[in-house]
Order: sequence, then C-alpha cells, then structure tokens
Amino acid sequence: MARFSRRKFLQYSGATGMAGILASHRAPVFAQASTVHWIRWNDFVPASDELLRKSILPEAMKALGIKINFETVNANDLQPRITSAIQSGAGPDIVMLNNNHPQLYAASCADVSDVAEAVAKAQGAYYKLARSNSHDGKKFISVPWSVIGAQIAYRKSWFEEVGFSKFPETWEQYRDAGKKLKAKGRPIGQTLGHTFGDSPTFSYPFLWSYGGREVDEKGKLALDSKATVESVRFMTAFWKDAHDEGGLAWDDSNNNRAFLSGTICATLNGASIYIESLRKADQYKTEKGAQLKSDILHAPLPKGPAGQFAMHTFHSHVIPAYSKNQKAAKQFLTWMHTRENYEKWFVSQKGFATPPTPSWEKHKMWDEDPVMAPYRVAGRLGLTPGHAGPSDRKAAEALTKYIITDMYAKAIQGGTPEAAVKWAAGELKSIYG
Amino acid sequence: MLERESALAFWLLVPTLALLTMFIAYPFVRGVWLSLTNSVVGVPGEYIGLKNFVKLWNDSIFRTAALNTFVYTGVTTVFKLALGLWLALLLNRHFRGKAWVRAFILLPFIIPTVLSTLAWKWMFDPTFSVFNWLFWKLSIINARINWLGDPELAMASISAVNIWRGVPFYAISLLAGLQTINQDLHEAAAIDGANRFQRFWYVTWPLLLPVTMVVVLFSVIQTFADFQLVYVLTGGGPANATHLFATYAYQIGIGTGLLSEGAAISLAMFPALILVVIFQLWYIRRVENR
Repeated sequence: MARFSRRKFLQYSGATGMAGILASHRAPVFAQASTVHWIRWNDFVPASDELLRKSILPEAMKALGIKINFETVNANDLQPRITSAIQSGAGPDIVMLNNNHPQLYAASCADVSDVAEAVAKAQGAYYKLARSNSHDGKKFISVPWSVIGAQIAYRKSWFEEVGFSKFPETWEQYRDAGKKLKAKGRPIGQTLGHTFGDSPTFSYPFLWSYGGREVDEKGKLALDSKATVESVRFMTAFWKDAHDEGGLAWDDSNNNRAFLSGTICATLNGASIYIESLRKADQYKTEKGAQLKSDILHAPLPKGPAGQFAMHTFHSHVIPAYSKNQKAAKQFLTWMHTRENYEKWFVSQKGFATPPTPSWEKHKMWDEDPVMAPYRVAGRLGLTPGHAGPSDRKAAEALTKYIITDMYAKAIQGGTPEAAVKWAAGELKSIYG
Repeated sequence: MLERESALAFWLLVPTLALLTMFIAYPFVRGVWLSLTNSVVGVPGEYIGLKNFVKLWNDSIFRTAALNTFVYTGVTTVFKLALGLWLALLLNRHFRGKAWVRAFILLPFIIPTVLSTLAWKWMFDPTFSVFNWLFWKLSIINARINWLGDPELAMASISAVNIWRGVPFYAISLLAGLQTINQDLHEAAAIDGANRFQRFWYVTWPLLLPVTMVVVLFSVIQTFADFQLVYVLTGGGPANATHLFATYAYQIGIGTGLLSEGAAISLAMFPALILVVIFQLWYIRRVENR
C-alpha cells in the first residue's frame, strides 16, 4: 500500500479545497447558511427589543430557515453605521433609519417595492408621511415600519394649578402657562440640540405653524420670510420665559429623565415617558406621593397663526444594495410585516409606535388606555421634512444638518431673529441651490 | 542578493513601507482625491476641482469650527504645559508614597477617553450636574449653570476636560526629562548663589526644552485633531458652537453622507498642522545643535 503521509494529505486537501473555492468565487457550503444581519435602534421601549430577541426572531428563524443576527445601537449612530457599510460594501443586511434618511442612500439601496406594496395591499395604503419618506418617486427604497407619534407629555395637576384645566391650544397660551410654571421652578423642557427625534419634531412644526417653510411646493427656497422671522422672535422670548435653558444641550433622552424626576412640567416626546412611568409605577411619584402615571396627559403641539402642525419621527428599513442576502432579508421583512407577527411587536410598544397604515387605528390596543388615545391618529397628522416641497435628498440633507433647529438655537443664544433666519436661508441655499 | 547591503536594507524596509503605504499614504491620497470630487455616500462622483474648498470658505460653520480648533488647541496646550510642568516638578521631589501618587496621576490618561468623557457628561448634565448641586448646596449659585448649553461655557467645559485628560501625559513625560538632568549642575548653581527660581530658569528649563518641545508637538497634533471628547460631550452643539475640524468633518462626511465635503474639511487641518510640525522640528534641531 502506498504511503500517504499527514503532510501530503494536508497539501492535497488544502490545494483542492482552495482551488474549488477560488474557482467558484464562493465560500464553502457550511459557511453559506443565509444569515441576515438586522440593525435597529435601542428601543425607547426596551420590552420590545426583549420580545424580538426572545420570541419573535426565534420564531422567524424557525419559519424561514435563516439565521438572524439582531443588533441594536444608539439611534444617532445609525447613519454613521450605514455610511461606513455602504462605502466598504459590507455590513448589515437590513438597517433601520429615521425620518427621510433613506433618501440620502437611495442610490445604494435595493428596490423594496415588492415588500412594501404587498404590505400596503394587505393592510391598506400607507399614511402619506410613510410613503413620502420611503419612496424616491419611482420605487420604495425602504419598507415603512412605524411612526413614533410626537405629543406633548404634561403634568395635569401643575397646569391646573396655574389655571389651565385644559392643555393650552395656542403657542401664546402655552408660553403664558410655561412662564407661570417656570416661576415655580417647573419649566417646559425641550431639546434644541443635535439629536434625531425631539429636536426636529418640535422645530419644524413650530416653523410651519407660523407660516414659515424651507421651500414652496415647487421646491423654491422660501425660508427667508416675515413669517419665519416672527416665529424665531417668538421662540427667543418663549425660551427665556418658559423653558429650561439647558435644553440646548439635550439629546432625546434628557427630557425623559428630567420629566420623570419632576424637574419639568411638559415636553414634546414619544410616549416613552408615560410608558416608563407605567412600567415602574412605584418608583416614579409626584411630589404628593401619588403615582406619576396618574398625573400625565398628552396633547398635540399648539396652534400658531398659520395653523396646527406635527412632524413625527418615522422609522423604516432599507436593504443596502451590497447585501448578498437580499432575498432572505426581503423574506424576513415580508414575514415580519404580516399582521400576525407585526401585531405582537406593535402591542409590546403600548402605543409608542404607530403602524404605518391607517387600518391599525382600529386595533383594540388603543382602547386599553385613554391617556394614549392622541397617539392613535398620529400618522394622519404628520408632515415630512422639506414641506411644502418633497421629502427628498435635499430635505434629508437639511434635516441631518439640523439647519432649522439651529436657526432657533442660534437666535436663543443671542443675535437678532433676522440674522438667524439669514444664516439658515444661506445654509439651505447651499443645499437647494 | 542578500549579500549586498543596499538590497538587504531595501528588503528589511519593505514591511514598514508596505504598512506606511497601506495605512498612511493610501488613505491620505484617497482623502485628497475625495476632496476634489463631488462624491456622496455610495456614489463615486466626478472631479470638480477646488469647489468643495470654495464652498467651505463661505461656510460659517466651518469658520466657527476652524476658530474653535485654534482656540481649543492654544488654550488647552498652555494650561496642560503649565500644569504638567508644575506637577512634574512636584513629582520629582522625594516624598512618601511617591510611586503611588505617580501611578494615580496617570489615571485620566489611562482610562478610555469615551468612558471618562461620559462621566464628565453626567457631571455637566443640564439637569443633574453634580457641580450645580454642590454650588447650590454651598449657596454659591441660585440658578443652574448651563455648562453645555451655553456656547462659551460649553467651549470652556470641553477645554477643561481636555486639560484634565492631557496633564498626566505632560507631567510624566516632563518628569522623565527632569530625571535626566544631572543634579551636579543644580548643586554647582546653588554654590554660585543661584536661588530656586534662577536654578529653574538657567539650569532646568534650558535642559528640559527639547523634551518639552517634543511633548508639545505630540500634544498639539492630538488636540488639533481631537474628536471623541467633543463628540461625546456636545456633538458640536449647541448650534454648532463647539465644532472642531474633526467633529464637523464627521457630521458632514459620515452623518450627512457628503463624503467629499467631509474630506475637504479634514484636509483643511493639514496645512496648519504641517506648519506646526515644521516649526517645532526646526526648533528642536536648533536647540539640539547649540
């Protein structure tokens, strides 16, 4: 029998193995099981991430025969992650993005119209804001996931103490209430910092409610107007009179902590403050010892001279074009969006996230807690960044540069409203041309 | 072939050259190229000459970031040098527990920057700042100090944290320099009637100068390109008031996806840094050749 040494065995097996891999341009079969890497934010309702990890994803893996790596990151880090992934041509197969951010990456995202249209067919047409943020005019570049309704969470008893048995309906009334409450050491808490959610969902509708807007319907620059200057003038005084002035440095979680610790009377937020107060009912108390949850109500942003507006943080998922697992990623998103599977996640959110189609407004979950009722129709009322123009790449660029938010923040820091508006208009000009 | 000295030298240098090419030269050249295109994330873009730099020239946030970077580097370097030197002189004395104190002094430099900066972020928190609480309890203030929400205070806060983190590097490096100075020189000066200040000024300082210049050189380069500290503490806010070159480049290039403009902002640091490096290296050589 010919002698076959260990060394020879390794040489032959190594050479043929490598030759096979190189010739087929594929990794060996044991490394090819479809693995979908899904990246999302750290949910403000942690129970939902738990549910995904422990229950929904194991079910999906069993049903679809794929492996799913689920990763959560800080919401402000989603953009850096997708930018580096697209540039290096490798990274997650499904990425959650905020607002109209998918428009920034349209050229590098797979067409997901088949998944999105199927959801719309089964569950009714999307809200206008969901479609505007996820569609590039020709196709869906992301699959709409949810709307994080932005409402003002406020302390019912404190507003009553200063004569407001009903939440203020106009900005003037809100300023009046805030001024009285700030005098008692209970200011309004609002971020105007560089953070994805509460900053733009406050500053954009505020601008619109005064009749200001970035561009008109035809996409022509329209920011530098009397209405915008008036809105900045009002904000400057409103901030000083009624707000916690530390808000200029806040991110999306500071207002939650401030509200729950009883240092602010009201803040624009998703429902996460209220949901947290429900979760730890005995930990969060009012100054009188009652459970804090019983003193929280929600209301929409007040009206301005030009009407009442809202902008809600919107979430959708893109499948980057570099992904080798696009088929499995689409299979998973399709599975996840079936009413039966999505419902489990939606219910765990307790109203923090509103689904992207109106048919979910009829869900029985909304009847469970009247405090959450204002969030039920959040998707109907929201406009998108770039209003009155399209929510396109330029609008996304202006949003991610925080130009509208900074316009107000600059005026609050000093200088005239006119100068702040001129500065912002100049920044928008460099984007819109 | 390896018998020839020049060939051997070449082959011995190859690994270093390969590493420098891969990790220094290639990214640099690619950065220069990117800055001359209109590339955005996922789109290679086309050559557009110096348009990105012209745009930056007219960008008020860029001008703020440039000014901030120079002020931040200048102010913190002066403080770090002064405090570092003072600490080094103290640590150069003999006292009980010297080794422990020297080890503790290094802590701010050893702890990962992001971690220590997060702790500082809590200490400067607009609502829960421990400084505010302390000043309130001591009846020094009757309203919260807006550490990170006020433009000037925010710059002062990030500078203070940078100084806190940087002083140990100066102290330990200068201490090493101090220990190389021959004690005989001090004794000779003392015998000649020099007082403590004169001994420092005419003996210690001239001999410490080459080490000081190297330390300052490294520190200036690091501070000029600082990112982590500002990113964690303020993210460049409020309203872009604390952006440095690096944080603004990151916001534009990685956040907004305008890679070419981000590259142009990064490259704007280069001329200033190269001038600093040339001047300091020239000065060190001059001091050494005296």
